[in-house]
Amino acid sequence: MSTTFGIIVFPGSNCDHDAFYALDEVMGMETKFIWHKDTDLSGIDVIVIPGGFSYGDYLRSGAIARFSPIMNEVEKAANEGVPIIGICNGFQILLEANLLPGAMMHNQQLRFVCKNVFIRCETTDSIFTRGLNKDQVLDIPVSHGEGNYFISEDGLKELQDHDQIAFRYCDEHGELTPEANFNGSVDHIAGILNRKGNILGLMPHPERAVEPLLGSSDGRIFFESLLNRVVGA
Amino acid sequence: MFKATVNITLRDSILDPQGKATHHALQNLGLNQISKVRIGKLVELNIDADTEEEARSIAEDACTQLLANAVVEDYEITIHKKQTVS
Repeated sequence: MSTTFGIIVFPGSNCDHDAFYALDEVMGMETKFIWHKDTDLSGIDVIVIPGGFSYGDYLRSGAIARFSPIMNEVEKAANEGVPIIGICNGFQILLEANLLPGAMMHNQQLRFVCKNVFIRCETTDSIFTRGLNKDQVLDIPVSHGEGNYFISEDGLKELQDHDQIAFRYCDEHGELTPEANFNGSVDHIAGILNRKGNILGLMPHPERAVEPLLGSSDGRIFFESLLNRVVGA
Repeated sequence: MFKATVNITLRDSILDPQGKATHHALQNLGLNQISKVRIGKLVELNIDADTEEEARSIAEDACTQLLANAVVEDYEITIHKKQTVS
């Protein structure tokens, strides 16, 4: 049985086509766009909430998108255990929708950062990262102004205790140097999982790194890990 | 009709880089008497309600459900005197 990916498109999404290209063209998966006003996710096996600037980032990144009609369905799917990946603005939307804990703040140095960074896989105990190795370093681009992840001390402890930190910013050797944490995120956090493990939010853009021509194909390793799990399941 | 103003600020425990950068700029202007800068948002709401309490509770709903993010922000609501509807 084939796995169908659904990419949710909000007004202001701008990585929806990159995600489509990565999944459909490069990974060869059945992929569909889903307009944010739609209310039907039937037949979708994996939901992707792409990057961009939904609703122009008005009020707070992701704050308004979370009230789009499709988000009720996303919430239902989340509760049913459907895998959901939020990339960049998608991560911000998942935080605002309370599907993941914490909040995003402006990058500490106030600049929008668009460059390749290194992230380290922190857990292989999730459907998204099972195909990676613990401490595996991936070279993946980031592109955000509000990616400074914040969570209370108690919240952070919960994330750590339940192995919910999926990726941390590191240097090329996998070291958690202060410089590597370019946006000031709590505990170098680049990506987290929900407690149940079916939702992943991450600021880096694996869909922008799926071919050598794009500067890195490490995003492909990420998608392969995901596919081995989801398709093989 | 009531008018509500909502002040949304980052929680005190949270670093406000925008406020910090602005503080530096103010110091460069020589305004050294200013010892701290925090930047927030001001939201104005016109609310159809019969009483001030009702208006406040509607504004409160707006804040908890959308206007403020309780993880990092605090808010303060001020309800202004009943306005004549124009």
